[in-house]
Amino acid sequence: MNFFEVIRFSLRGLSANKLRSALTMLGILIGVAAVILLVAVGNGSAKAISDRIEALGTNTITVMSTGRGGSSSTSLTKDMADALIDEEMAPDVKSVSPVVSSSATMTYEGTDHSVGTFVGTTPAWFTASTTPVGRGSAFTDDDVAQGRRVVVIGKTVAEELFPGVDPLDKQVTVGGALFTIVGVLEDKSSTGFDDANDRAVAPLTAVQQVLTGYGALTSIVVEAADPDKVDAVQGQVSTILNQKLDVDSSSTSTPYRIQNASSLLETQSETAATFTTLLGAVAAISLLVGGIGITNIMLVTVTERTREIGIRKALGAPRRVILTQFLIEASLLSVLGGALGVAAALIGSQFAIVGVKPVIVPSSIGYALGVSIAIGLFFGGLPAARAARLRPIDALRYE
Amino acid sequence: MSRPVLQVTDLKKIYGQGEATVHALRGVSLTVERGDYLAIMGSSGSGKSTLMNILGALDIPSSGQYLLDGVDVSRLSDGQLALARNRLIGFIFQAFNLIPRTSAVANVELPLAYAGVKPKERRRRAMAALEVVGLADRAGHEPNQLSGGQQQRVAVARALVTEPALLLADEPTGNLDSKSTDDVLQVFDDLSAAGRTIVIITHEREVGDRAKRLIRLVDGGIVTDTRQSPLHLPPVGAAPVAQGRAMVAGRHTR
Ligand SMILES: Nc1ncnc2c1ncn2[C@@H]1O[C@H](COP(=O)(O)OP(=O)(O)OP(=O)(O)O)[C@@H](O)[C@H]1O
Ligand SMILES: [Mg+2]
Repeated sequence: MNFFEVIRFSLRGLSANKLRSALTMLGILIGVAAVILLVAVGNGSAKAISDRIEALGTNTITVMSTGRGGSSSTSLTKDMADALIDEEMAPDVKSVSPVVSSSATMTYEGTDHSVGTFVGTTPAWFTASTTPVGRGSAFTDDDVAQGRRVVVIGKTVAEELFPGVDPLDKQVTVGGALFTIVGVLEDKSSTGFDDANDRAVAPLTAVQQVLTGYGALTSIVVEAADPDKVDAVQGQVSTILNQKLDVDSSSTSTPYRIQNASSLLETQSETAATFTTLLGAVAAISLLVGGIGITNIMLVTVTERTREIGIRKALGAPRRVILTQFLIEASLLSVLGGALGVAAALIGSQFAIVGVKPVIVPSSIGYALGVSIAIGLFFGGLPAARAARLRPIDALRYE
Repeated sequence: MSRPVLQVTDLKKIYGQGEATVHALRGVSLTVERGDYLAIMGSSGSGKSTLMNILGALDIPSSGQYLLDGVDVSRLSDGQLALARNRLIGFIFQAFNLIPRTSAVANVELPLAYAGVKPKERRRRAMAALEVVGLADRAGHEPNQLSGGQQQRVAVARALVTEPALLLADEPTGNLDSKSTDDVLQVFDDLSAAGRTIVIITHEREVGDRAKRLIRLVDGGIVTDTRQSPLHLPPVGAAPVAQGRAMVAGRHTR
């Protein structure tokens, strides 16, 4: 009896038990699709978060004041920002951008727009915070020194105030003063709830004069010469700031906080990995449950199948042929079910699931398929292998 | 004379252990020559099916020796046993044992498939076998769409289809009316006339009468062994009744 004939026997066996075949396949399909999709969702959300953090700039650190109520002894000042530019003590610092920010209402020819963040800073900020200017140009150091009232606006602001009009060189009113628009920022993906395009950037001195006053800075953005030097820069910055703020070196709390995008990214990817592992575990459990379902169906029919194997043996089927037939049946079911599961997962990954665009992890397809085929072969093949070893009469009497 | 087709010596079969022990066979010795037509009778539970299963190489005895065509069956490998069951023996089960959800003709084809016969030839021979038992018009029906008697005749066709040298039939006419019984017995008679060896279990007097030799089993042992007609002549019912000479009168009890 040749192999082709055995395959025909298997196909006939499968079509003779359509409901059982369909249920088995469904179990595998759901298991495989669940594993692939859940892992893809985990991976997708991790990727979304890391994209956002990367947009913050990975070679910068941001120093923020933790002092409450703005007591002058703990707040960050322009003086401190200047102290950070120090070849001796901070050799790895590439640029320092003092930042003040507030919200402000911008008016152009009777149209009002309340700008989310109105930033006052120095030109270095544009590169440090990876917020390039799209059209027009940034302001210059000279503008900062002179306190010129020029402003670069974000995309949202431009759309709100200048629908269909070129905003460059237009004059807007902010806090009672006229600012000239010199540039429009490039479109930037949002990093959180607020719209990253809803902002305006002007020279530090002009913003201090018009909006915030010459008091404390909101933050200081420090750019490292190299992404690898971020940690070194962080150390250098804290040393200088501790000196300036008279912080005891043994003290555990400082009046400022340093946010480091790359360490944030690291923590985040660890969290994301845990998250993906967790989802993978959930998915593996669903695959296991699917597997138990398959086992159940197979066991329910094992009596009937064992009798059938008894008949076949009595008619002269060698053990090898019987085994091959039942293994082919089991693998056809699990391979077909697995392939359909992969197809279902690939289709499912085209849609956002709970707000996350799934990103398929190729290895998850391999694992899910491998496990499902193994389960199918094992639970399909094992009872058949056992029955094929029985004497025909014992197989026929099996209950 | 050539060696016997079947030779069993002191065959015992014990089921269960302790309190529940059943001695189904208590030392059966029996020799069946080539071309013989043997009927086994006996009350229910006397061990007929047990003996038949062992003869068909479907079960093994607890003790005793079984030579099939001179070969000790207990020494055969799984592959050799499969070959013997497929080529040498045609077995008709008391309980039919057709494969469910599979058409009658596919059931009949099964032994031919395992023998490696090509699909077209297989179908032709299976249809011919169904024709013999008068079921050609039910070829496409599945077992659960057939009556008990029809299922039994499918089982007979399945045993005949390989034209086995040894036909073992466990109550093949148990569910048949007298017309179907006659048809099936006619087939057996013809096979016997063609030189095949037949062992048949039956409860019916008329069926037992047509065999060349009759054995009675009581409680797992042979009590009578009767030669009803000569071994080398066709059986009583074989087609052209050339040996019409009062066979019944020739019956003698040993
Ligand atoms: N698998 C088994 N386990 C235990 N006892 C068994 C088994 N098979 C048969 N027996 C017992 O062995 C004895 C002989 O059984 P067997 O089937 O050979 O009877 P039989 O002569 O074929 O009867 P019938 O005419 O009713 O078919 C019976 O008493 C039966 O209960
Ligand atoms: Mg019986």
